[in-house]
Amino acid sequence: MNLTTSIIGITAYLILAPVAGGLLAGIDRKISARMQGRFGPPILQPFYDFFKLLEKEPITVNKVQDFYVMCFLLFIIITGCFFFAGGDLLLVIFTLTLASVFLVVAAFSSNSPYAQVGAERELLQMMAYEPMALLTAVGFYLVNGSFNVADAVTSQVMAIQYLPGIFLGFVFILTIKLRKSPFDLSMSHHAHQELVKGLTTEFSGKTMAFIEIAHWYENIFLLGIVYMFIAYSAVWSPVIAVIVCFAIYFLEILIDNNYARMKWQIALNSSWVVALTFGFVNLLILYFIG
Amino acid sequence: MSYVTKSPWIIHYDGSSCNGCDIEVLACLTPIYDLERFGIINTGNPKHADIFLVTGSVNEQNVNVVKQIYEQMPEPKAVVAVGICAASGGIFKECYNVMGGIDTVIPVDVYVPGCAARPEAIIDGVVKGIGVLAEKRAAMDKKPAIMDKKPAATVQTEDNEEA
Repeated sequence: MNLTTSIIGITAYLILAPVAGGLLAGIDRKISARMQGRFGPPILQPFYDFFKLLEKEPITVNKVQDFYVMCFLLFIIITGCFFFAGGDLLLVIFTLTLASVFLVVAAFSSNSPYAQVGAERELLQMMAYEPMALLTAVGFYLVNGSFNVADAVTSQVMAIQYLPGIFLGFVFILTIKLRKSPFDLSMSHHAHQELVKGLTTEFSGKTMAFIEIAHWYENIFLLGIVYMFIAYSAVWSPVIAVIVCFAIYFLEILIDNNYARMKWQIALNSSWVVALTFGFVNLLILYFIG
Repeated sequence: MSYVTKSPWIIHYDGSSCNGCDIEVLACLTPIYDLERFGIINTGNPKHADIFLVTGSVNEQNVNVVKQIYEQMPEPKAVVAVGICAASGGIFKECYNVMGGIDTVIPVDVYVPGCAARPEAIIDGVVKGIGVLAEKRAAMDKKPAIMDKKPAATVQTEDNEEA
């Protein structure tokens, strides 16, 4: 991918990702409400929430936590920029980890017991999804001979044909990353009164709004990885890829509404087991056959 | 128009209510009433909340809790006293430990009468509370200095003074 398309990719991501992410969150809330037999909030509700949080009085326990949250947002955006510029998938995954670490440090810095439990849970979640995320990158390397996102989407072969196990494993950890039940242990969309909202306990007003928008940026970028599995050089493949992205997101909403929250041990064990069985076996087969 | 009217988040606290009003508050979140269609979320965190929904009266045990929750909420904020106990102490008014309605310790914006208050009345009260929020938001625009004068962590400052 040349410089022009990279710049177009980055610009489109910077401008469109929060809009698309917010809309997706709104549709998510509406569909969830309908699944629960409720009418649900307007589609634009996440944006109302976001702008409301911006105009609230700033309350902060210590100034440094705002700095860390800003770093979190910044590095999430940088992650997405690397990705949509067609950059190196390994770099993308490590930058994402760095961003998450900033969020954890922000929660730890407040010294609130709820925030600390939330931060610890977030660390456990990172431990849970990290192996599968790395295996995803390795899988794309084995298929395309390159870690570059640009090479994957212009490849001659459809990645999912060679990486069905990796795809399933990635969808599994997507539940953790999109903060959906059964693995929404540190920053759930629901259960606002419970410990699972712990990570955000000490964040309010603008800081909270930045976390929201970072979450939107992150979701779009994660769906971007799903897109990578389907899209290749064929003209029709991007259309199918976008449809698959929506289908996967709908599946996540369905899972979210159908499963009770599980303990962190199950989250950690199951995601490592999935990474080993689906991901690693897929890689082995690919290595010996391909 | 201010966005606070479109996404009022609630924190619900049970003072010394008999749980009658609390059940009705939770009933508002069920599919029949579905408060979320107004963008209302029942948060458990005063730092995220815009509307403070109190049921039951204030007593000697919970007076500090009520004050702290109120002080931890960022401006603009509104207080809705749900049920007759929260309004005046109700049937428990003469109890040895009861101090009275919520307005004996924090300023209350909306009173929702009833024993127990019906979900329709509670929703009505919250919607009135949204109106109060809009007024307070407008007042914040007029004198933005209020935000500098009143430090955010009011609770902490008081603790420091005591220490």
